Amino acid sequence: MADNREFFYRRLHSLLGVIPIGLFLMQHLTVNFFSTYGPEAFNNAAGFMENLPLRLGLEIFVIYLPLLFHAIYGVFIAFTAEPNTIRYGFFRNWMFLVQRITGILTLIFIAWHVWETRLANAIYGTEINFDLMASILSDPIMFWFYIIGVVSAVFHFANGLWSFFVTWGLTISPKSQLVMTYITIAIFAVFTYMGISSLIAFAS
Amino acid sequence: MAEATKTKTIKFIITRQDSPDSQSYEEEFEIPYRKNMNVISALMEIRRNPVNAKGEETAPVNWEMGCLEEVCGACSMVINGKPRQSCTALIDQLEQPVRLEPMNTFPVVRDLEVDRRRMFDSLKKVKAWTPIDGTHDLGPGERMAESRRQWAYELSKCMTCGVCLEACPNVNSNANFIGPAALSQVRLHNATPNGSLHKAERMAAVTGDGGLQNCGNSQNCVQSCPKGIPLTTSIAALNREATVQSFKSFFGSDHNQ
Ligand code: SF4
Ligand code: FES
Repeated sequence: MADNREFFYRRLHSLLGVIPIGLFLMQHLTVNFFSTYGPEAFNNAAGFMENLPLRLGLEIFVIYLPLLFHAIYGVFIAFTAEPNTIRYGFFRNWMFLVQRITGILTLIFIAWHVWETRLANAIYGTEINFDLMASILSDPIMFWFYIIGVVSAVFHFANGLWSFFVTWGLTISPKSQLVMTYITIAIFAVFTYMGISSLIAFAS
Repeated sequence: MAEATKTKTIKFIITRQDSPDSQSYEEEFEIPYRKNMNVISALMEIRRNPVNAKGEETAPVNWEMGCLEEVCGACSMVINGKPRQSCTALIDQLEQPVRLEPMNTFPVVRDLEVDRRRMFDSLKKVKAWTPIDGTHDLGPGERMAESRRQWAYELSKCMTCGVCLEACPNVNSNANFIGPAALSQVRLHNATPNGSLHKAERMAAVTGDGGLQNCGNSQNCVQSCPKGIPLTTSIAALNREATVQSFKSFFGSDHNQ
C-alpha cells in the first residue's frame, strides 16, 4: 500500500462517488420528489430525515467528508486531462469531457446549495421546508441554476456509475459495458425526471 | 481537380520544427502525382527535391520509418487529423491537401519525427516481458491451449507505435500516465503460463505511480489502435485483477500473490 498511494486515492475517489455520495443523491432526490404530492408530504419526508438520530455524525461521515475528498481530488483529476473531443468525437470521449464539466458545475451548485440551506439553518436558524425552497426557486435565475445543478449532479452520478463498474473490474467486455451504458442512461432519465419535477413543484 | 490536366499534383501542408526546442511552423508542398503513392513515398519525393509550394529551396522534411508494412510503428504521425502509420496511408485514399503533423504527445525531435522513449520506459517499468533465462536451463515452457494462444497473439501485435497515447486525453505533459499500450502488455504477459509466474510483480508495478488508475475511460485508444488491440478490455481486466489483489493483500494471508 505504501508505494501505490495514487492507486488508493483513485479507487477511493471512485468508491466514494457511489457509496455513499451516489446513494445519498438518490435518497435526496426521492425525498424531494414528495414535493410533487404537496407541501405537507414534502415537509413530512424532510422532517423524517431531519430527525434521524445522530444526524450531525451521519452528515459528517456520510456526506461532508466523502464529498470534500471526492470534490477536491476530482478537480485535480479534471484539470490534469487535456480534452480532445474535436479530433476524437467518439461517444465515450464526449462522456469523458462532460463528466469533468458536470463535476465542476455540480461542485459549484452543491457549495451554493449547502450554504443556502444547511448552513443557513445552522447559522441563522433558517427553517428548511417547502416554503424555503419555494421562495428560493421563485427567482427564475435561481430556478435555472437549480435545474442545471440537478441535471449536472445526476449526469455526473449516472456516468460515474458507469466508470465505477469499469474501474472496479465489474464490467470488462465491451458488451457488458454497453449494457451498463443503457442502464446508466435509464438511471439518468429517471432521476432527472424526479429532480426536475420536484423543482417545478416547489416553484409553482 | 479541373486545372490539374497536364500534371496531376498532390498538395501537402506539413507541420515542421527545426529542433526539439524551436517553434513549429507550417510549410506547403506540391509534388507530382504517381500511381499508388503512400505518404512515405511522397515524403521521399520531397526529400529528392526539397522545394516548397512557393518554389523556394527548403530543408528536406525529416521523418522516421522502418518496416514499411505497419509492423514497427516508427512512421506514425498525424495525417489529416488522425494518428496513424504513414507507410500504410495511401495518397489515393486521403483528402487533399494532406496535412501531416508530428504526434505532439511525444517530444518532437525534428519535423515529423518524435521521441517515443516514454513508451519503452513504461514497458520496462511494468516489467512487460517474460523472463525465460536463468543460471540453469529452465526447461521448456508450459503449453497453452490453442484458443488462448490465438487470443494472446492479438495482444502481442502491439508495435509501440504511440497512436493510443496520442489519442488519450490523460496522457499529456501534466500527467505521468504510462498509457494504454503498456497496460495491455501487462495483461498479455500475465496471461501466458510462463509469464504468469511474475504476475504479482507486474501488478505491483502497474498500480504504482502513473499506472492503471490514471485511465479515465475516454476509450479513444481502442477506437484508434491500428492493430485492433482490445485496449479497454485489457484495462478493465487489469482493474479486476487489481481489485482482487488489493483485497487479498489487505484481508488475506501473508503469502498470497
Ligand atoms: S496498442 Fe495499438 S495504438 Fe497503442 S502502441 Fe500498440 S499498436 Fe499502437
Ligand atoms: S514503417 Fe514500420 S509501421 Fe510504418
